[in-house]
Parts: sequence; C-alpha cells; structure tokens
Amino acid sequence: MSKSAILSSSIAKKYWMALTGLFLCLFLVGHLLGNLQLILKAGEEGKRAFNEYAYFMTHNPLIKVMSYLTYLSILFHAVDGILLTIQNKKARPIGYAHNSPNANSKFFARQMAVLGSIILIFIVIHMSNFWWKMKYSSDPMPLHSITVVDPQSKTPQSLYITHSDNYFPVSAFENSQMGEAQMEIRNGNEFFNKQVDVKMGEGYKDLYSLTVAFFGKDTDAIKANEQAGLAVAFYVLAMIVLSLHLMHGFSSAFQSLGVNHRRYNAGIKLFGKLFSIIIPAAFAMIPLYIFFTK
Amino acid sequence: MASKYINVNLKVWRQKNANTKGKMETYKLDTVSTDSSFLEMMDQLNEQLINERQEPIAFDHDCREGICGMCSLYINGRAHGPDNAVTTCQLHMRKFDDGATIYIEPWRSKAFPVIKDLVVDRSAFDRIQQAGGFVSVNTSGNTIDANATPIPKADADKAFEAAACIGCGACVASCKNSSAMLFVGAKVSQYALLPQGKVEATNRVLNMVRQMEEEGFGNCTNTGACEVECPKGISLENIARMNREFMKAMITAE
Amino acid sequence: MSKLDSKIPEGHISQKWTDYKDHLKLVAPNNRPKIDIIVVGTGLAGSSAAASLGEMGYNVKAFCFQDSPRRAHSIAAQGGINAAKNYQNDGDSIFRLFYDTIKGGDYRAREANVHRLAEVSGNIIDQCVAQGVPFAREYGGLLDNRSFGGTQVQRTFYAAGQTGQQLLLGAYSALSRQIGLGRVKMYNRHEMLDIVKIDGKARGIIARNLVTGEIERHAAHAVVIASGGYGNVYFLSTNAMGSNVTAAWKIHKQGAFFANPCYVQIHPTCIPVHGTNQAKLTLMSESLRNSGRIWVPKKKEDAEAVRAGKLNPAEIAEDDRDYYLERKYPSFGNLAPRDISSRAAKEVCDEGRGIESNDTNEGVFLDFSSEIQNKGKQAAYAKGNHNPTPEEITALGKQWLKEKYGNLFTMYQKITDENPYETPMKIYPAVHYTMGGVWVDYNLQSSIPGCFVTGEANFSDHGANRLGASALMQGLADGYFVLPYTISNYLADEIRTGKISTDAPEFNEAETRVKELIATFIGNNGVKSVDYFHKKLGLIMWNKVGMGRNEKGLNEAIAELAELKAEFNKDVYVPGSADELNPQLEKALRVADLIELGQLMAMDALQRNESCGGHFREEYQDAEGETLRDDKNFSFVSAWEHKGENINDEVLHKEELKYEFIKIAARNYK
Repeated sequence: MSKSAILSSSIAKKYWMALTGLFLCLFLVGHLLGNLQLILKAGEEGKRAFNEYAYFMTHNPLIKVMSYLTYLSILFHAVDGILLTIQNKKARPIGYAHNSPNANSKFFARQMAVLGSIILIFIVIHMSNFWWKMKYSSDPMPLHSITVVDPQSKTPQSLYITHSDNYFPVSAFENSQMGEAQMEIRNGNEFFNKQVDVKMGEGYKDLYSLTVAFFGKDTDAIKANEQAGLAVAFYVLAMIVLSLHLMHGFSSAFQSLGVNHRRYNAGIKLFGKLFSIIIPAAFAMIPLYIFFTK
Repeated sequence: MASKYINVNLKVWRQKNANTKGKMETYKLDTVSTDSSFLEMMDQLNEQLINERQEPIAFDHDCREGICGMCSLYINGRAHGPDNAVTTCQLHMRKFDDGATIYIEPWRSKAFPVIKDLVVDRSAFDRIQQAGGFVSVNTSGNTIDANATPIPKADADKAFEAAACIGCGACVASCKNSSAMLFVGAKVSQYALLPQGKVEATNRVLNMVRQMEEEGFGNCTNTGACEVECPKGISLENIARMNREFMKAMITAE
Repeated sequence: MSKLDSKIPEGHISQKWTDYKDHLKLVAPNNRPKIDIIVVGTGLAGSSAAASLGEMGYNVKAFCFQDSPRRAHSIAAQGGINAAKNYQNDGDSIFRLFYDTIKGGDYRAREANVHRLAEVSGNIIDQCVAQGVPFAREYGGLLDNRSFGGTQVQRTFYAAGQTGQQLLLGAYSALSRQIGLGRVKMYNRHEMLDIVKIDGKARGIIARNLVTGEIERHAAHAVVIASGGYGNVYFLSTNAMGSNVTAAWKIHKQGAFFANPCYVQIHPTCIPVHGTNQAKLTLMSESLRNSGRIWVPKKKEDAEAVRAGKLNPAEIAEDDRDYYLERKYPSFGNLAPRDISSRAAKEVCDEGRGIESNDTNEGVFLDFSSEIQNKGKQAAYAKGNHNPTPEEITALGKQWLKEKYGNLFTMYQKITDENPYETPMKIYPAVHYTMGGVWVDYNLQSSIPGCFVTGEANFSDHGANRLGASALMQGLADGYFVLPYTISNYLADEIRTGKISTDAPEFNEAETRVKELIATFIGNNGVKSVDYFHKKLGLIMWNKVGMGRNEKGLNEAIAELAELKAEFNKDVYVPGSADELNPQLEKALRVADLIELGQLMAMDALQRNESCGGHFREEYQDAEGETLRDDKNFSFVSAWEHKGENINDEVLHKEELKYEFIKIAARNYK
C-alpha cells in the first residue's frame, strides 16, 4: 500500500471528508452553545456572558488547538471537496440530453459542492464581519464597559471591566480640560498606565455589542447597522444552505466511514435529520431574535 | 393480457462510431403493443428503419430476461427507464402513455466510451474483476467437502444478495459522479462475507479499488442514486462494507 | 463403423473414468506454455475450461461474442445444479444420479459419459463453494437442497432463482483471475466464423472482431468449442437473443459430425407468447412445480370463458378442474419430467382447453393456492398459533411463497402485469435446451482431431431429454474435470509441433471463405430483414419439428426450409457495412446457419421412427399417448456427416448404445 493512497485514493478521500465533516459538526455545536449566550440571558448579564465566552474562545490554549483544527478541517474539507468535484466532473465528459435525477436522489445530496461553496463564502463573510474585526481590524473594537450611577453625585459613569474584575473609568482614557489622559489602551484591549508604562489589566472586547448592532439593535457602544435587515436575511439563508448540506452530509459521513448497519441506520438517519434542522435553526434564530426585539 | 396499442415519439442518440460525434435523432413509431418489452419496441423500430432502408440502431442486449446485464439504455433520464428493479429488457411499454416522447441515450461515463449508437464499452468492469474479484483456488476439484465449513445463513444470504449484481453499469450511468462503487462494493462484499474470501480480503479490496480509479470512474458521494436504479436492488450496505474493508486494508497492509 | 469410435474405456462402469484418467498421457508443466488453446464461448463449459487450462499453464485464448464473458447464457439458468452428495440423507448416490439421468434421457445417452458426470458432480459443488459461490444454506450453515423433475431425492443445489448466474460468475471469477495473470487472453465481442484445419487437425479459427469488423486469424494446437445450444432455430425460445449454432455448425461443415439434432427440450413452464413482435420467451423455473399445481378447466366452455375474460379461474370449482399431471402421473405428479409435462400441456390445449387469450389459446394454469393454504397452516403452527383464521393462513402462505420464489413471482408480474399471488400463473411450454449437438467421443473430442466440444454444444450426456438442473452440472463437469485431462492427452503429442503459423494456406482459405460470405450478405440487394426470415424459420420449426412431429410434417418442413434458404440468400437485406459494429450482419450470418441446421433437425427427426424423450413422433405412441420407444432399431446415436452445400446429402452414421449396467426399460413416471 503506497502511503499516498491515504490521501489520494478515492475511498480515503471520502474518509477525510467524513472525518473533517463530523468534526465540523462538533464545532457547530460548540459555536452554537456560545452564540446562545447572546439571547439566553438578558441585558448586562447576557453581554457579560457572551463577551467572556468570546474571550475564553480566543485565549484558552485547548480551544486554540481546537480552533486551529477547525480551520484546518474547513480547509481540508473544502480543498478535498473541490478535488473530488473536479474528478467527478471529469468522469462524465458528455452529459445526458435528458436527465431525471430527482427520481433517484435528493437535489441537496447531488449539490453538496454548490452548497459547500456557498457555506465557504458565508464563512469568509462571517469571519470578516466578526472574527476579523475583533482580532485584526485597524478600527479598534469597543471594549466592554458598564454604566454605573454614583449614588452621591447621581451622575452616571462608564467603567471598563477587566478580567480580574477591576474597573477603570472610561474617562481616565480621555483627554480633558484637566489634562492628558492617564490611561491608554494598547493592543486593542490592554489597559496601560501611561506614566509608569505598566499594564493595569485587560478589557473585554465588546463582541456582544458588535454582534447585536450588526443585527440591528442599538447599543451604548455601537449604533445599529442600517442594513441589518439584509444581514439577517443573508445569515438565515446561509443557515438554510447549511441545513441542506448537513441533511446529506451528516448521515453520509457515517456511510463513508463504513457505518451502515440495518439496526442502527434508521437511528443515524433520524439523528442526522434532527441535527441538520435543529442546529442551523437555532443559529438562525439568534439574528432573527435580535432583529425583531430591537 | 389485454393488448393495447400506443404510438410513441423517440429521441435516440445516434453515433456512427467511437471517433465521430453523435446527436439525438427523432423517430416516430406507431402501433406498439403495450405488452411489448422496451427492446421489442426497439426491434420494431429497427424493422421499420430497415424497411425504409435506413441504418438500424445498435444497442446491446442478449438474454432479455434481466439477468445477463448486457442491455443498458438511459430512458427518459433514468437508467433502465421509469420502472424500478428491472432491466431495460424487462421494462414494458405499458409504462408509457400513448403519444409519449421517449429519450433514449447510452450510458454516459468516461470509463464507458460509446462504441456505436447506444452501445458502450463496459470492459472496465471486467478489468476491475480481474484485479481481484476472485478466490485464488485452483480448479482441480481437490478442495474440501462443500459442507466442511458451515457458513451462517445470514452471511450466505447477504453474500448472495451482493453477488446478484449483473454488472450492467446502471449504477455508473445514474450516479452523478459516474462512480462504480456499488459494483465494486458488491463484489468486495460477496467475498468479504464468506470464509473462502477472507484470506485474500486485504489485497482484493486494495487492488480492485486501485483498478476502479485507474479506469476513470468518479468518486462516491453517497447520493444513493445507484441503489435506487440498480435492477437487482444491490444495497448501499455493500459500499459501506467496502469502505470498512478498505480502511482495514489501508491500515494493515504492509 | 470405424468413423465413430466413441473410445469408451473398458472396465466396470464405476472404475472406467478413474482407470482411464490414470493412464492418460500428460503434458509436463514446462511444456504447457508452448501450447496454445482456443476456447470459443464463455458460458459454464467455456469459462471453466479456459480457467482450468490457463491455470494448468497452457496459453489460452478465449472468445465470446458478448461484451463480457460474464454475459453468456448459462447465466440465465434459474433452478439449480444436481450433485450426488446425499446431504439430505434420502438415499442418493452416484449410481442413482447416473440412473436417473439415463432414464430421464429415455435411454438414449452413453452410460460411460453419464456415469462420469455423476462421479464428478460432487466435486463441482466443492469447487464452487471454494470459489465463493453463495449457494442457499439452512440455518445450521449447511447447504440446502431441493427437488427437481424426474427424481425422487433432493439433490439440487441452488442460489435462489439465480443458480446459473452464481455458477457462471464463479467460473467467470476463475477466468478473470487467469486473464489478470496473463495466462488467458480474452477476446470480447469476437465471433468465431470458421475453423482452420491443417493436415486434418484443428489448428485455429477465423474470428470477426464485432466492433471493427476486422477478420482475424488465431492459431492454436487445439480448439475447444463451448458455444452452447441451438434453441434459437425456433426464433422464440428461452435462449438469449445472441445464442447461435454458428461455431458448432462451422466445425460440422469442416468435418465434425452433428449428433441427434432432433433432440430438443421443450420446457413446460414458460410465460406464454403475447404477440407477433415478441422476441423471446421467459422461463419460470421448474422449481415452481415443487409448489404449484398445474391444471386446465375440465370443460371447454369454462376454458373459453376464461380466455374471453368472463370467468375468473379462482371461481372454477375444484371438481371442474383437471390437474392433468397429477391424474396421469400420480407418483411424480407435477414433478413429471419436462418432456412429459410439456407434451401433456400441448395435449390439453389441443383439446381446446387452453386458457391463454392469444392467437393460439395455448396456456395452462400453474396454481399456488393449495400451497398457500398448506404452507400458511404450517407457518401458523410453527408460530404456535393452532387456531389460525383463514386470512392468517393465506397471509402466511403468501409470505412463505415470497421468501421461496419472490424473484420469480416479481419477474412474472413485471412481464404479464398479473399478480401470481392472487391469480394462478399462466404457463406454456417453450424451447429451452438442445440435447443434440456436435458428436464427441469419451474425450469430448469431435470427429476433427484437436477440436473438442463441451457443454450444451456437444450431444453427450442427456440422451433424448435432459433432467432439470443437469445442464449446469454437465457444463462445469466438462470444463473443470473432464476436458483438462482429455485435452492434455491429445496435446501430449503436440509438444514438438512448435508454434502454428497463421500464414499457412489453410488460414488463407478459411479467411477467404468467411470474407466472401460476408461480402455476399453486405452486397445482397435484398428487400427483407433478417428477422423476417428468422421468424419464418421459427414458425416452420415450431409447427413441424416441435413438440409433436409426423412424417408428413417433417417432409414438408424439409422442403420448406430448402425454399426458405434459397429465399433468404436471394432476398435478405443487410444494412451497413462489414467494417463496423453491425448487429444485422451478425444476425444474418447466424440465421444462415440456423436454417441449414433446421433442415438437418427435420431429417434427423424423420429418420428416427420412434418416440423418445423430447422427440415425439405422433405415429409412435401407445394407447395412452405416451412415447413408444423402439430400442431394437433406434438404440443409437445418429451422427450426421456433412457432404457439401446440399443438406439433403448429409450422411447418417450410427453409434450403437450399449447398456451394460442399467437394465433398459420403458420409462415410467406413473
């Protein structure tokens, strides 16, 4: 057995599609659980939970490994899928003049490459909407702040929160008539005391506000996206595509890995169906909820 | 059998030989008995063409009882036509309406090049079989008694179900990827299920899959079209079994 | 009769083959690659022979006209394969299988050949199981058996209704292995169109590449013809569309005697003819007779009403039904041998009691309602239900039928659009198998040295009637276990011959013969299609050389066939050209040979003034309409020698049949 067969053989390619696909299904579950923080808890509590989750996701070393695996899986799944599709196209150079494929298979099962490509495009847009903005955008992300009202002066005051549960008044970072600001934000979310050049703490990037605003809800930090309607529609559509992709992909992965047993097939199929409806539906619910409760 | 007669319009792929381009041609055929098989209708059309001094249409066929696997034809967009679990020779004209337009095309696959009209070359299947579709026992008859190795009935039955494949190529023709996995899976499964076949299981699956790839068949994407169109109802289970066998072989082969 | 030396060895019947085999000459392994063998046909006999010879180390070239060796018509055999294993402990033995086969063949087969067949029958099953043939098994994991016509034991091994398929795929897998190893070179889509003889010995063939039309020369030290039977002489038969006599007929024309051409098996259970555009008939396995009861209405009026669609057969009272096989042959009943069952069906239809509404009204019922009740009751009891309702019984009975014969029932329903679980099947006899064929000696060698003939293409083992499940047995016996020994004996003298050149003048001659023949057809500016003539041939044969024959009809047939031949040569139109895939040309070449063969069949039937097995001469029957054999005058194999273009000039040679170990008796199944 040549070593290259592990990559090149048509059956081995299917194993990779299946393994990466199933791994991405796991990822979807994790991602969904996080996203649900956006709507499960109301107000400040929800914001806090979501931003903490976002921080955890970007800083926990295990999660980091998982996220690299996820990127790799997406890449592999896409590249392998494209290679398979090209090969498959080549296998029938002349097509049928009259074809009735619906008589023997589901359209989404035949259009996995198209559905997958749409999902890939979606992932790129999705990441540029949030992940890229959060990590690399030259536009600094707003940081998570809370507004408290001083019981004595009765004046509201905004405070940044840090991971160590310290609070810095936002005003400390602003130049005023009193003089130059004492504090400064570096690297997006690190609070520095300018005079002594010491890092005083780390703030939470306010992904919550970014997301909620993106889907049309005004927040203290960011104004609502004017084209939120379009964004919501696009996200919901993408989830429908994902659902169709999963509708075939989930149980198909088991078949590719050789798991096909008269006793369990019905169970796998049913689970696959439920998974491919529930997960994308739950994802889609979030922007819809935000949009309609603004 | 109360006979009825219908008229049909036929759109048929005509191609002089492997090196020329082909195209769809239209023919009208009247008074076709609904008790006729599809190929008897083709005979009738050819008879008409011969009488009109036109060249008759070449198509593969032999046993005309659904077992030799020689007949093919992609009829109205489906391998072996609109009926299920039949070959073209078992398809009857009662499945068509009077005045119906019927498209008749050859199997389409890079691995099954057209020889003429509706005749394609399926020798790729033979070569896959030659790569490993056998048990290496010599033909001396000096084997052990047939009942010396009991085989669980369930395994024997499943092996038979896999072995019922007639090698017609409908799986390839109807697969959007022109994949031959159902054919190869069935053969691999038949032997994998029987004690006699287990000895060579590793090499068999590796060699047959390698040959399948060399022939230019596409990859399986589990759409299940092959299983639906297979005239012998060969199950997708056989593909899964081959996937298992291949994985085992890939990991253990030296 | 020096021309017909059957070379049957001396000794006791049970020792003949063993002793003979022990003294056959051998070819040493290092010499085998120097020897070329051509095998024509890849059915059970051809595939098994090619695989075995390749395995032994000979250089083998195998030919088939289909697109793959796996398509050969052996694949269509449904019911099973006999073997004297006695797994069912019902007293079976080699001798009994031998006896049943001789008796089944109406005492017109060679004792020694048949005994050899019975001896190796067990090996076939061992061999096939070792090859991975998935025979039906019982829950204990051991092989299952069933009963077939003409026997009182269960010795038939089977794989659902697809036994032929499984056995052929087994042989095909063995052949594929040899092709993969380079020991057999396979020529698909090639048709043998002549044999080449050098110094009287078979030295090669001329074949046409059916795709390119190229005429090719292939040389060899021996040629094996395993090209099957000639049932398609009747146009409508259970044979495949491509089945033909050409290979056998061409060697006949070059000197191989043709034996017993009039012995044709008409299978009793086929789906009746539906119309004039019908191209072939479909068999319903004989195994159905294990469960179905065959009947027609007692009254002609009822039969008429059924044909007119006015009477549902289920409504005909038990007393008004004639279960004619059970009535006439109580001890074998519905499992009477094929020839007898077929003739009985013809008889009741001739009386006007046929039930099929087609041109001929020919058809009888095969009724499963009794079996549904019996098996339904058994199944209910087996489930512990001792008071089943009639509905439960019927449902369980149908379930049982479905498990046993599901695929056959589905096939029937697809073809006829009638549900055999509800209404009885309609069946009628159809041409199925030809016992006659090229004459061969005990070595399976024809009268051309170096030209061997195996399987249905030879005449050797079934006499005047073949028992069910014996054809598969013979094909594999010949190819796996007989030919490899006997052909080596012949080839032992060829190890010094060296390569045979295809440049020999004999190859030129043969090639010219073939090319001229093709040119005549292509250039013939006729007006009628090949099928037109084939159908006409079929009608003459079915009406006059069919299930019942008489002197007048046979004489008419001979004259009509001679006319047909002349008309065919003059009027046939073959479109297209010779250098391309041209199915019409292929058919024309085959039909030309079938017409000539038809004439010889009629001549053979005419000279055989007796009735035996599948050959029923209306003049020779007893008071009850049973066959009347004439052992005194006709206990011989008729072997015809070709003498020029006029078939009437063929010369009859007789090989006396001696029965030393079986007491010859009237064949009684009553």
